[in-house]
Amino acid sequence: MWRWLHPYAKPEATYNLLQKLLPWFVALTLVTLITGVIWGLAFAPGDYQQGDSYRIIFLHVPAAIFSMGAYMGMAIMGGIALIWQIKTAEWAIPAIAPVGAALTVVALLTGAIWGKPMWGTWWVWDARLTSELILLFLYVGVMALYFAFDDARTGAKAAAILSLVGVINLPIIHFSVEWWNTLHQGATITKFERPSIAASMLIPLLICLAGFAFLTVSLVMMRLKNEILRHELHRPWAQQRLEQD
Amino acid sequence: MAFDSFTDFVAMGGYGLYVWLSFFLSFVVLAGVALETLLAKRQLVKKSRQLQQRQQRLARRTANRAAVGDGNEPKT
Repeated sequence: MWRWLHPYAKPEATYNLLQKLLPWFVALTLVTLITGVIWGLAFAPGDYQQGDSYRIIFLHVPAAIFSMGAYMGMAIMGGIALIWQIKTAEWAIPAIAPVGAALTVVALLTGAIWGKPMWGTWWVWDARLTSELILLFLYVGVMALYFAFDDARTGAKAAAILSLVGVINLPIIHFSVEWWNTLHQGATITKFERPSIAASMLIPLLICLAGFAFLTVSLVMMRLKNEILRHELHRPWAQQRLEQD
Repeated sequence: MAFDSFTDFVAMGGYGLYVWLSFFLSFVVLAGVALETLLAKRQLVKKSRQLQQRQQRLARRTANRAAVGDGNEPKT
């Protein structure tokens, strides 16, 4: 496996791989996201308690899950950057952080807008909401730390350490609805028993989940391509690539 | 189809404002990230062109200096 992975430590090889894969991921994103959103908005049945307001779930849950998924990915890249000093892994940090932060903002916004009609309030300082807000601050902190040093590699190292420390927040977010009494409802699909949601709602939700997964990966790939080019701009291959596409 | 008419679909059972607002804001945020990424790419193309021009200018100047001479060549 190492023999297969090792060439990708070279930025040019990673760039070429991203270039090859990106169109497929963008296509998959568009297909799944459009299908999922239309299905969720127009074809899934209304909820017997929440009426049609529950349709926000088709954005809220995928955004929340991948706000955490993106963080995990960023922390893994931070670990790789610290242990093996691979530059491409360092550049993945500023590629992932804004995408993760955007997903966190979407989760918080949709949550607030869903909370208003269902809970009667936009915001409460309960465990789930607060820990998700801390996730946003962690993303902002990682980005700020990354760009806070004149030497890019020092910044990357500092950001990598913060991203690894921040992993502690992920189980806190996930289990917050079990550990504390919160206004937020418990897990619906990410639990070991059967999901407590009807198939007619679960299927479009799963499609939306796939759509957000592809969207996250596509955006990260686009940004990582930019990061690679930004650092390799003085090299002929990068200049040629920029002229080509 | 979960709705009888288009008006019903827009109204979302009275929750239209919340549902459409959340979908609209999510789209704005995520499209914003995508747009920023594309603009950054365009900025990189511009920067790369500038860098290439500078490299060419530098190369030309070195070539000129070698051809015309700057008074420092060894005397024949």
